Amino acid sequence: MTESPATKPANGDVCQRVKNGLKPERNGLLKSLHRCHERQSKHHCHPEEEEVHAASHHDSLYSRPFVESFEETPMLVAVLTYMGYGILTIFGYLRDFLRHWKIERCHIAREKEEQKDFVPLYQDFENFYTRNLYMRIRDNWNRPICSVPGAKVDLMERASHDYNWTFEYTGRVVRDVINLGSYNYLGFAENFGPCADSAAEVTIKYGVGVASTRQEIGNLDRHEDMEKLVAKFLGVESAMAFGMGFATNSMNIPALTGKGCLILSDELNHASLVLGARLSGSTIRVFKHNNMQSLEKLLREAIVHGQPRTHRPWKKILIVVEGIYSMEGSIVRLPEVIALKKRYRAYLYLDEAHSIGALGPRGRGVVDYFGLDPRDVDVMMGTFTKSFGAAGGYIAGKRELIEYLRSHSHSAVYATSMSPPVVEQIITSMKCIMGEDGTTIGCDRVRQLAENTVYFRKRLREMGFIIYGNEDSPVVPMMLYMPAKIGAFGREMLKRDIGVVVVGFPATPIIESRARFCISAAHTKEMLDRALSVISEVGDLLQLKYSRHRIQPSMARPFDDNMYEDIDD
Amino acid sequence: MASGQQWVLVEMVQAFYEAPAYHLILEGILILWIIRLLFSKTYKLHETYKLTEKEKEDLIEEWQPEPLVPPVSKDHPSLNYDVVSGPPRHKIIINGKECINFASFNFLGLLDNDRVKEKALASLKKYGVGTCGPRGFYGTFDVHLELESRLAKFMKTEEAIIYSYGFATIASAIPAYSKRGDIIFVDEAACFSIQKGLQASRSFIKYFKHNDMEDLERLLKEQELEDQKNPRKARVTRKFIVVEGLYINTADICPLPELVKLKYKYKVRIFLEESMSFGVLGEHGRGVTEHFGVNIDDIDLISSNMENAVASIGGFCCGRSFVIDHQRLSGQGYCFSASLPPMLASAAIEALNIMEEDPGIFTDLKEKCKHVHKALQGIPGLKLVGEPFAPALHLQLEKSSGSRDSDMQLLRTIVDSCLERQVALTLARYLEKEERFLPPPSIRVVVTVEQTEEDMEKAVHCIKEAASAALK
Repeated sequence: MTESPATKPANGDVCQRVKNGLKPERNGLLKSLHRCHERQSKHHCHPEEEEVHAASHHDSLYSRPFVESFEETPMLVAVLTYMGYGILTIFGYLRDFLRHWKIERCHIAREKEEQKDFVPLYQDFENFYTRNLYMRIRDNWNRPICSVPGAKVDLMERASHDYNWTFEYTGRVVRDVINLGSYNYLGFAENFGPCADSAAEVTIKYGVGVASTRQEIGNLDRHEDMEKLVAKFLGVESAMAFGMGFATNSMNIPALTGKGCLILSDELNHASLVLGARLSGSTIRVFKHNNMQSLEKLLREAIVHGQPRTHRPWKKILIVVEGIYSMEGSIVRLPEVIALKKRYRAYLYLDEAHSIGALGPRGRGVVDYFGLDPRDVDVMMGTFTKSFGAAGGYIAGKRELIEYLRSHSHSAVYATSMSPPVVEQIITSMKCIMGEDGTTIGCDRVRQLAENTVYFRKRLREMGFIIYGNEDSPVVPMMLYMPAKIGAFGREMLKRDIGVVVVGFPATPIIESRARFCISAAHTKEMLDRALSVISEVGDLLQLKYSRHRIQPSMARPFDDNMYEDIDD
Repeated sequence: MASGQQWVLVEMVQAFYEAPAYHLILEGILILWIIRLLFSKTYKLHETYKLTEKEKEDLIEEWQPEPLVPPVSKDHPSLNYDVVSGPPRHKIIINGKECINFASFNFLGLLDNDRVKEKALASLKKYGVGTCGPRGFYGTFDVHLELESRLAKFMKTEEAIIYSYGFATIASAIPAYSKRGDIIFVDEAACFSIQKGLQASRSFIKYFKHNDMEDLERLLKEQELEDQKNPRKARVTRKFIVVEGLYINTADICPLPELVKLKYKYKVRIFLEESMSFGVLGEHGRGVTEHFGVNIDDIDLISSNMENAVASIGGFCCGRSFVIDHQRLSGQGYCFSASLPPMLASAAIEALNIMEEDPGIFTDLKEKCKHVHKALQGIPGLKLVGEPFAPALHLQLEKSSGSRDSDMQLLRTIVDSCLERQVALTLARYLEKEERFLPPPSIRVVVTVEQTEEDMEKAVHCIKEAASAALK
């Protein structure tokens, strides 16, 4: 429950502050006012202060507790982790040497004979990591499934007789593995029920393809219906949908910014955002993860100094952030980002890939979670892959923005439009979340997810694991640190019929390998309890309970209890 | 030696003593002056450049950004889309009017095929719609593996890899191999997704004239000379040729046999984009390689989407395992994107089944293409662009009316009056400012196996009448 002030300076600061807003009717107002005075006495002027000032009639900048923790890596663990990588690297070189002299058999696919004298397609060192580190634990990824990716999943059993170079399918199926890996936040990955039924109907009527682009002859009436619904769901003027979440970012950011524009991007932004920013030709500057001081500093510098060398003012500045960061489990400090964006007249691009549906009392994402106005976010982006159990992505915002994209988005002009059954799945699942289907199923699921999340995180923390991220984020990263434990954890969990995602370098910093659990509304209490007891068992086996704060409950403990009550209400 | 040096030192000291006082003083002042000059100037520069907090605040107050997006005029040609109600099959309802479809890339008519629909439905009943994860994290389904092995078998290559979006396929594949410092030779007519792939790779791009092998060879020779000058750099500079099988922008075919010759002569790898030719050309629909009888192993990478002939969604790359496997960790659109919905993969598998069972479908398509190609010749004012066997042809204006906008307007009236007579056509759409080499405005005419002779007659007749009315 402690933050690492050394690496993430903003966290400790804001964490303390926003806890004050926990019971706004009692002390939130007073404390926030108090804080306001305190900080105004300093000569350094912060934009958020103004924000707080304006908002202090009713509430502080944060309408709810914002508790995020990134416990520091224990020194011994860090040293051992580096040693682990050191040993792996030494062995890697040794085995490469053996392979080179044909002492060890080499399984790598070879270039064909006629092309031996071409410039090698891969640099030798490029694949060193893949060959010598990834290959050892490759069985933890790409596990094929053969059922709905719901709360429980059936895996195809596979075996390797050559140390993971090739896999053989045994033909057996590992049934009913508890699925803590899929992004099925609201449990809409289903093969029965109203969503699947209407998707089936559409499949019969429409078929699965479209075979044209939106601008040419692939603009179906269902596409337009869906876009209207998305706009309504998000509370914005207009929306446009695209066939792939990744491409929504990488093909639309270039339509929004260009040369002479500045993109301020969080250091942990998804690859699609990075690619989109690069393709746009704009200047990109990176601020520290969720660190508002860093963002403000960059904003000030950018406006004051203008473009490099020419010193002309920037045409526009686009801040690019995500709602929930999928590897960190952190939630963007949206109220502060919006305050900064308003203060410095920048534009805000919010990627809600993981947060749409999964956050907020009404499931409308991070904007709903903080109780903000969606019109304050210039570009709302999100995907349908996760909470809606479909595929694709959307961009929503002001009418002018969407009109511009309809005529200038790369996707609209060159990419085949979305498959009709997928569109139908989005429409029905979204209507369900909105309660437009006349049931409370959607509403219940949103609440269930929030409860599951808080419960799961609390229990893990009590067990003494180091858990990253926000209390309310359904993405739960649990630190493993050592490279050997990545493979061991994944395998031991699967042995006990629990499917988890483990990630290491390069998706995370080199020493911060982790397991990631994605909580779903479809998980029952029994499933979570079973998963938790297994995690605890494996955690003991692999000595993963690194946290040094479990013995002495930290200050925040009573607040935690309050918060669960709040959500239960 | 040592004594010699000592002697010099002694001499220097002696000279120092003997020098007149004014000389020493002058030199001392000079030295001090130089030191002062050295240090004072830079110091002062810093001083003048620093802004006070007040000045900074003023600058921030002053700055006015451009609007996020420029306003789009209400009558922008690509703002208002045609609305298709109901399925986009052979008989398509556009803006409320039922037409014969001459615009969707549904070459083999598989979009409306009952077998495909049934398989998709069965898959939906088993897996649901979405995959809720990327391939690495429980997003790999058994149908994905099946589709990959079926595609590899169909194309007679070692391995295939599927993407969940057609556009992202080649756009991800190119930067997976070609990095900063590498060189890519590209045909000028290359489609937009190739252009994006090139841009993402940050490699050195050299465009050669469309289908002009002499121009390509000239560039390759130039590069060879360059390489001889700097052999150390040449040893690590990868070189690629990126071409399309049938060009979507020009509807003509790449001279693959010559390209393969150049490949071995200059040791360049070939990437081939086959979205328009996969499931169209060749006896079994394997594309340009089969059309020319080129050994498929000579092509390093073939990519295609599954959205045209296959009439599903997504795309694939195929080739030797040595090449393709690399994308499983380096293809951005593969690693970082949710996988293809299993029902769409099942639909693609069934489409492959149909293509394998009845290769006659490709001869049928070819016949129809030839028929349409012949019938569309010699329309006054319009020029037909494309090979006789290409299923997606372009009708361009014989001579421009002056500006691109008015040309588009003219072609649009032709399309509209065809729509009026129940023939669905569409303008080829481009992002005019983004294209590297913008193709001239054109009407797309797409031939599919579902079109009967009667349909084709009707369409040709309509186009002719509309053209003569519009281009008077």
